[in-house]
Amino acid sequence: MTITGIAAIGAGLAAIGAGLGIGRIGGSAMDAMARQPEIQGKIQTSALILAAFVEAVALFGVVAALIV
Amino acid sequence: MDLITPGLGLVFWTVITFLFLLIILKKFAWKPILGAVSEREDGIVKALASAENARKEMENLHADNERILKEARAERELLLKDAREIKIKMIDDAKGEAKSQADKIIVQAQEAIESEKKAAMAELKKHVADLSIEIAEKVVRAELSNKDKQMQLVDSMLGEAKLN
Amino acid sequence: MTLNTFKNVFFSALFIAISFAGYASENPDNENDKAFNAKEMIMHHVKDAHEFHIVDWNNKPITIALPIILWTDQGLTTFMSSEFHHDDSGSHVVEKDGQKFVKFHEKIYQLDANAQKVTFDAEHHPTNASQPTDFSITKNVFMMWVSVIVLLIVFISTARVYKKSNNKVPTGIAGFMEPLIVYVRDEIARPMIGEHKYKKYMPYLLTVFFFIWVNNIFGLIPFFNGANVSGNIAFTLTLAVFTFIVTNLSGNKNYWKHIFWMPGVPVPMKIFLMPIEIVGMFVKPISLMIRLFANITAGHIIILALMSLIFIFETVFVAPVSVGFALFIGLIEIVVTAIQAYIFTVLSALYIGMATEEAHH
Repeated sequence: MTITGIAAIGAGLAAIGAGLGIGRIGGSAMDAMARQPEIQGKIQTSALILAAFVEAVALFGVVAALIV
Repeated sequence: MDLITPGLGLVFWTVITFLFLLIILKKFAWKPILGAVSEREDGIVKALASAENARKEMENLHADNERILKEARAERELLLKDAREIKIKMIDDAKGEAKSQADKIIVQAQEAIESEKKAAMAELKKHVADLSIEIAEKVVRAELSNKDKQMQLVDSMLGEAKLN
Repeated sequence: MTLNTFKNVFFSALFIAISFAGYASENPDNENDKAFNAKEMIMHHVKDAHEFHIVDWNNKPITIALPIILWTDQGLTTFMSSEFHHDDSGSHVVEKDGQKFVKFHEKIYQLDANAQKVTFDAEHHPTNASQPTDFSITKNVFMMWVSVIVLLIVFISTARVYKKSNNKVPTGIAGFMEPLIVYVRDEIARPMIGEHKYKKYMPYLLTVFFFIWVNNIFGLIPFFNGANVSGNIAFTLTLAVFTFIVTNLSGNKNYWKHIFWMPGVPVPMKIFLMPIEIVGMFVKPISLMIRLFANITAGHIIILALMSLIFIFETVFVAPVSVGFALFIGLIEIVVTAIQAYIFTVLSALYIGMATEEAHH
């Protein structure tokens, strides 16, 4: 397997991690919204920001895969 | 690798473009827009506050009016009561006056009647006496023309007088 | 009912596509020299270019020529990109002021003084040419300027509405733009930076938000589709550096104390945390840069890859599937344009807010 292939696998693994993380954030945000619909807006904002943070980690992985 | 190597030219132009955009928009767009928006919001806040004030003032005014009205009503009540009292008193006074006046008049009238009666009685008595004397004179004149009869009368009268 | 019909049509289309894919792969002898290379095509579209390529018509590319500005050891050299005659393989040499230039994979190389033709080593790096500093007005710069013109027209006319009306009621375009501006102010700047300090950063945040958003949207419009401005790392790098500068210039004593000498922890921990915090200071803008770049570029790559399926399978029957999927991704991308602009602005505001936060313990 070439280095590019390994890099692609790495990018895929990073995507799995981010997918799990964002999934958890989304699920918990939904729970929280169901529990307290009155602060839905705030929860949504925080969830978006947190998803962005998690996503950043995956994107670091993708970029690392692009570099090699 | 190529994809994530920033090209110097594009960085250069982005810096220039972004700074240009930032300065122009700041001066000609964000400042007037944000100023207008916040001005309007301040205006709304002020308008709301003044409306609230006006409402409170109205409430105060209303309360004042209510109070004045109540006072006026109480005053009127008082005045009416006074008037009624005065009226009753006046009527009572008038009644008393009238009564005393009437009593006086009655008393006077009674006195007058009494004195009139007395006078009338006296007159009557005098008349009666005059009449009796006249009658007696007439009778005596007639009787005394006959000697027997004179004696008889004197006797009967003497007899009567004894009985008294 | 309609949904079921749609599902049936969709899956039969998908099935046809798969069977044709099998057919296509069974006939490899169809390939000729000009075999479709999806990776090359996608990379060509995602990357910057020196000319604005609109369409190929009768095998002749129709392009808008853009000026090329180079800084060589002899000073500034400028010429139009049309002088390369659409050549991107390094075979056409342009001579200017005694200097020879070739364009290879959208990079301009200056040939060494005595070389007549560029030669490449095994890894496609030119052996007898060097790269001058390239300040060309490329496709991305051109599109960026178009977006700037659009932004200026939109927002200056918005501002004029307020100037004209004396009661400050938003009408026309202002009625549309004002909620967005107020959203940035009330949902991004105020909660992230704080009531007292947010005003100073409003112009920066608003400019960043709308600049990114408009460029994201332009990237989705088919005619401009080649111009992947906000998906270019140079663009996101610049904006991230601006956020980094703004954050650190507005950093107060409390902010620097938290980086170099974290209060409230024992001394060994302070020493341990210091390098982490210093790295964190740089990771924040780097993550901003990579997030925007990767999201927008990924969107472009996915749409182009779906479209490439038609040419990879060499059958028109894949087209409904490709177009359907690309449309679906396109719709998601429309949401992503706004979300990424929002995220970039929110995180910039958050970092600024962290830097200007007063000590509270």
